[in-house]
Amino acid sequence: MRGYSINRRRFLKSTGLVSVAFSMSPGLACGELPPTYLSPDSDVVDSWLKVLDDGRIQVITGKLELGQGIKTAILQVAAEELSMSMDRMEIIIADTDKTPNEGYTAGSRSIESSAMSVRMAAATAREIVFEMARKKFNSDAYTTINQGVITCGMNRISLSDLLEGRYFKSGIRKNVPLYSKTQRKITGTSVKRRDIEDMVHGRPVYVHDLRFEGMVHARMVRPNSYGASLVEANENEISQMPGFIKAIKKENFFAVISSEEYQAIKICEKASRLATWKGGMELPTGKSLPEYLKTLKTDSNIDHSEGDWENELQGSAVLHEAEFFKPYIMHASNGPSCAVAHYANNELTIWTHSQGVYPLRASISSWLSMPEERIHVKGVPGSGCYGHNGADDVAAEAAFIALQYPDKHVRLQWMREEENCFEPYGTAMLMKLQAGLDANGLITGWKYDLWSDSHSTRPGGRASNLLPGQATGSPPPEGGFRGGATRNAVPYYALANIEVFSHIFKGPLRISALRGLGAYANIFAIECFMDELAEKAKKHPLDFRVAHLEDSRAKDCLTQLKKMTAKTSLEEGEGIGFAFSRYKNSASYCGIAASVGVDPVTGSVALKKMWSVTDSGEVINPDGLKNQIEGGMIQSASWALMENVEFDKNQVISRDWYSYPILRFDNIPEVEVHLIDRPDQPPLGAGEAAQGPATAAVINAIYAASGVRIRNLPVDVSLLRS
Amino acid sequence: MEEKFKVLVNGKQAEVMVDPETPLLYILRNNLELNGPKFGCGLGQCGTCLVLLNKQPVPSCQVKIKDIGDQSVRTLEGLIQSDGSLSAIQQAFIDEQAAQCGYCLNGMVIRSFALLENTSTPDDQEIRDALTGNICRCGVHSRVMKAVKRAFSQS
Repeated sequence: MRGYSINRRRFLKSTGLVSVAFSMSPGLACGELPPTYLSPDSDVVDSWLKVLDDGRIQVITGKLELGQGIKTAILQVAAEELSMSMDRMEIIIADTDKTPNEGYTAGSRSIESSAMSVRMAAATAREIVFEMARKKFNSDAYTTINQGVITCGMNRISLSDLLEGRYFKSGIRKNVPLYSKTQRKITGTSVKRRDIEDMVHGRPVYVHDLRFEGMVHARMVRPNSYGASLVEANENEISQMPGFIKAIKKENFFAVISSEEYQAIKICEKASRLATWKGGMELPTGKSLPEYLKTLKTDSNIDHSEGDWENELQGSAVLHEAEFFKPYIMHASNGPSCAVAHYANNELTIWTHSQGVYPLRASISSWLSMPEERIHVKGVPGSGCYGHNGADDVAAEAAFIALQYPDKHVRLQWMREEENCFEPYGTAMLMKLQAGLDANGLITGWKYDLWSDSHSTRPGGRASNLLPGQATGSPPPEGGFRGGATRNAVPYYALANIEVFSHIFKGPLRISALRGLGAYANIFAIECFMDELAEKAKKHPLDFRVAHLEDSRAKDCLTQLKKMTAKTSLEEGEGIGFAFSRYKNSASYCGIAASVGVDPVTGSVALKKMWSVTDSGEVINPDGLKNQIEGGMIQSASWALMENVEFDKNQVISRDWYSYPILRFDNIPEVEVHLIDRPDQPPLGAGEAAQGPATAAVINAIYAASGVRIRNLPVDVSLLRS
Repeated sequence: MEEKFKVLVNGKQAEVMVDPETPLLYILRNNLELNGPKFGCGLGQCGTCLVLLNKQPVPSCQVKIKDIGDQSVRTLEGLIQSDGSLSAIQQAFIDEQAAQCGYCLNGMVIRSFALLENTSTPDDQEIRDALTGNICRCGVHSRVMKAVKRAFSQS
């Protein structure tokens, strides 16, 4: 094609940096290619999409596919704006060489941020193409695009012929017309995920599936407790074992490499038996965990204060208070963390399921004192992570091993026990609530105290946040991410007299971001407390909530939820419970109901059915959104009923699926999700919306079924025996 | 230390030189480059690595290559017919979009496939009982149940 030299084209294609992009001045593109591909810049159209040589379109996102279906949703918004079939489009995800720096794939922000950037870029691209067509044909005729063919009056031209291989370095236009708001043919429909087809066929999908010529297998040799020092590795014996290639030691970092994976496991097992470690952190075991946490020094702060809550509480007709507790919970990914790394010619390449390829690169760069531009981090889907799990750690460890064993691809796979014992957990939290009711059963004053560790020790450019960084001498990270702890600590209800106080401690276990952060425990506590207050006010729990809500969209959710659950027939020993929240008080609205049965003899809780009414504004993919809410409800019910990271004096003892049980098929409820689609409103993040209200609905249902208020998680069934 | 083994996988005879103690999972993934069976726990607790061994679902992390003998191994890939069409249960997982991250999908499909072969019309309880050995962390269980029922109604 014109404007390309054959060699340049071949080079670009071979490096995957293919092809045409859109230019700076609409319709005034020059015929020159930039010397290299454009650097990722989120305000430029080219950062988000490219027209490939064959006229297909490549969409680019800095977000990672975590099983939330983000690839499909992002392709949908681009396809809509370009009126192109999704079959003629492809998507590339999180890669420090190719995609914009979008930080972490976290906080239910991928639709709100990445998909909307892609939408605006695609709409801008379309408008630029229209302007180019009108100029080319010297016509003001009505211009359309369909499947890559532009029609301008009587003239037709393909996208690739119009662009003639030119780059268009244009900024994203803010006020560009959006087809999603008018024709809406692709967005708002349940397009099926292409990656599910790949999974069903057994095609390579995950970082675990990467295979390279001559790839070697590594395993980490771990101490029994946090922060233990390696005294003696005794590696002579393991070096005689079949398949042994190399042991890598630096301070307390100890890894082994073998040519075969099973041999690596056997060598690692033997190395673990032979190695001696000393010291390590002692974990608290004397008191119950809630009691222990209360003894910790805190950094306390008033986060929100309005009116005279103290006076209102004293003068209220009914004064009520309660304390709630949520233990440490693990991400417990189904597939333990895994990474592949390769080091050759001063270039380090890492394939990872990390939620943030750029922050991981920054952290590894600072840890290994290696310039960022020599580190290439490629995002590949892994097993669902639900937050910051071992993904970054295993990637950094694989990188370190690759540096000591250059020119070969090194695959490092954590074992189940490593995943369970060394991942950063969602922290334990305590919540204390006080509220007063007036004679009409309305809340007069509200006081909330929460105790929590940090909710993020993500890499963030710091070596100390990586497990291998700590093993090689960086001190453990300091907590203090108050924003995570206080997420949803202020209720979404209209409360004139309120104070919210947070007390941040440094707890005994390694912690970081887990789906919903502090919102999970805060909403659990607030929504169970609202159920208790509704009872004292002698009101239906949904009516009681509606009476305290001002936002009509919130009220619509609860009205619909009441309608959906009105005809539920309950038997003896069964009950129904409700809860509501708006995630982050700014993202999706989510009302949830749960019905349960409580066995009076065993105290066991049977989940019967869970309903949700969710308003996420404009819905991009209804089935994808339903899948997120359904899964969130089931995962949350599992947290509520079963999950608790246990430890003894030396170590975490929840090592596998028997010692850390989660909900299985024998207790899966029927689920029903109703979406309120609002195409005129911005889309709202939903991936974490169900976590808090689902647990509260289950706990409130247990009360309705048994008359017992559960305030500590997970549910202690011995309290439910009559 | 390494020995030669012949193993029948998805109807084809394969030959590998490996440590006799090697669990079948690693042979399938690393030597035969199959992606279906996945490492989940290595303890037989999660169902992620399930394969059909003589038509029975077994965790491939718990079976050593030396104990396979002439038993036939069938993986997720082996459920696809020679013309490329999917088995009813695989298609049902697509139709119901019964996955999020999809890491558990292999085990869910293998277990359900065996249930379909051995049961005429399983009720809810039989489906639950069959699948209780399989872990899913994303919470797609209710979709998996729908997929199994769909596959039954169509087979």
